[in-house]
Amino acid sequence: MSLLDSSLWEVIVASFNPEIWKELIKPIGETLYMTAISSAIVLVFGVIIGIFLTTANPDGLIPLKVPYVTAGWLINVLRSLPQMVMIILMVPVARLFFGKSYGTNACIIAISASCIPMYARIVESSLLEIGKGKIEAAKSIGSTNFQIITKVILPETLPGLIRGFTVAVISVISMTALAGMFGAGGIGDIAVRFGYQRFQHDRLFACVYILVILVQVTQGIGNLISNKILKTRNLL
Amino acid sequence: MSYLEIKNLYKKYNTHGSELEVLKGIDLEVEQGEIYGIIGFSGAGKSTLARCINRLETCDSGEISVGGTDILALSKKELLKERRKIGMVFQNFNLFDSRTVYKNIAYPLEISNYPKSQIKDRVLETAELVGLTDKLDAYPGGLSGGQKQRVGIARALVNKPELLISDEATSALDPQTTLQILDLLKEINKKSGITILMITHELDAIRYSCDRMAVLEGGKIIEKGSVAGIFNNPKSRTGALFAKVFSEFQNISLTEGAGI
Repeated sequence: MSLLDSSLWEVIVASFNPEIWKELIKPIGETLYMTAISSAIVLVFGVIIGIFLTTANPDGLIPLKVPYVTAGWLINVLRSLPQMVMIILMVPVARLFFGKSYGTNACIIAISASCIPMYARIVESSLLEIGKGKIEAAKSIGSTNFQIITKVILPETLPGLIRGFTVAVISVISMTALAGMFGAGGIGDIAVRFGYQRFQHDRLFACVYILVILVQVTQGIGNLISNKILKTRNLL
Repeated sequence: MSYLEIKNLYKKYNTHGSELEVLKGIDLEVEQGEIYGIIGFSGAGKSTLARCINRLETCDSGEISVGGTDILALSKKELLKERRKIGMVFQNFNLFDSRTVYKNIAYPLEISNYPKSQIKDRVLETAELVGLTDKLDAYPGGLSGGQKQRVGIARALVNKPELLISDEATSALDPQTTLQILDLLKEINKKSGITILMITHELDAIRYSCDRMAVLEGGKIIEKGSVAGIFNNPKSRTGALFAKVFSEFQNISLTEGAGI
C-alpha cells in the first residue's frame, strides 16, 4: 500500500498486517546478526585501541609519542569517512576475506571499520575521566601498569564504557540499515527495495517501527546496566 | 642514621616552557617510630616532597633513603616492591569506587600475590584496627568522609609498611573527624611503631600528633625542631606566622567553644 493512493491512516493500519511482518522475520534476523557480530568486534577492538590511546597519551602511564600520534591520526582519517564511503572502500577487503564483496558478512567488515574508531575515541575519553588521584593511589601501593589498567581504570570507568558502548551499538544498527543498500540484506534492504523503489509505504513503516524499537531497547538496556552499577556503588 | 633521610633534594617543573623550582635543597631526617610533621602554606612544595619519597614524582637531584634503601637508585621492579613498604594516605582519599570497603583494603594484598587464604585474616585485622568491621560490604560512595579516610588508612596499612606518608589526610574533614583520624594515627603509631610523615597545612594536626616538625616555605625548609620549640619560639617568619595564627585561633576556640 502506498501513500500515493491511500491515506496516511490506511497505510499505518496496513503496516501492521501479519503478512508484512511474516516477510520481515528473515530481515530482522539478518539485522540482529549483523548488529551482534559487528558490536562484538567493535567492543573488543574499541576497548583495546581505547586503552592504548589512554596509556600512550603524553600524560598516560606509558607515554609513547610517535605511536600515539600515528594512531590518533589514523583514527581521525577513518572517522572522517562517511559510512557509505566506508562500505564502498571495504569492498575489496571483503572480497579478500570472503571471496565476495556483498552480503551480510562483507558488510560486517565495513561496519566494524567505521564504528571501531568511533568507539575507541569514546573509550579513550571515558578512561581519561578517572581521577588522577586514584591512579596515584594505585601507584603508591606498588601496582604495575597492567594492574592499574585491569584492576583500577577499567572497573572504575565501567559505567561510562557501557554507556559509550550503547552509543556505538546504536550507530552499528543505523549502519546495518545503510548496508542494506549494498546487498547486506536486513531491515534496510526491505526499506530500500519495497519502501523506496516500489512505494510500498506500509512495509517502510514496519521497518521504521523495528528500527525504533531496536534503538530504544538498546538504549534502555545500556542505561539500565550502567545505572545499576552506579547504584550498587552508591554513586547515584 | 635516621630512618628517613632526605639530602639536598631539588625538583623543578617545566610547565608551558617556563621552569618552576618547587624544591630547593631539602634536608630532612626522620627517626624510626616518630610522627614527624611538615607544615607549609599552599604551594610550598609539601605534596611534591611527599611524592618524591615514593617516586610518584621524579626529583632532579639529591638523596632519599628509607630504612637504609636508596630510593633513587631502585630499578622499576625494585621500586614497585619498595612502594609496598611505604603507605600513603591522601586528602581526597582516592578510594576505588568499584570495590567494596573489604576489596579496597584487600587491593594491596591482591596485587602483591599474597596467599589468598591469608588475605581475609589480614583485611579483617586491619579493618578492626581502624574501626570499620561493620562497613566491609559497603561501597566507598556510601561512606562519610571520616569513614572514607579510615578505609584509606587501612588500605595503606594492610601491607604492614614501615613508613606512612599522610598527605593532608585530615584537610578535607571536619574538626571532630580530624581529631578522630589523628587519634587513630597516633594509636597505630604507638601499637606498631610505624614511622609517620604527616604533611599538612593544619597547625592543630601537627601540634596534636607530632613530636618534631619542619616548616616548609618556597621549596625550602626554613625551620625544624621540636614542635613545642617552634610554636613557642619560632625563628622563621612562617613559623612565627603559624604560631601567631594558632594562638589567636586558640583564643577564639576558647571563647566560642569551637574547633579542637
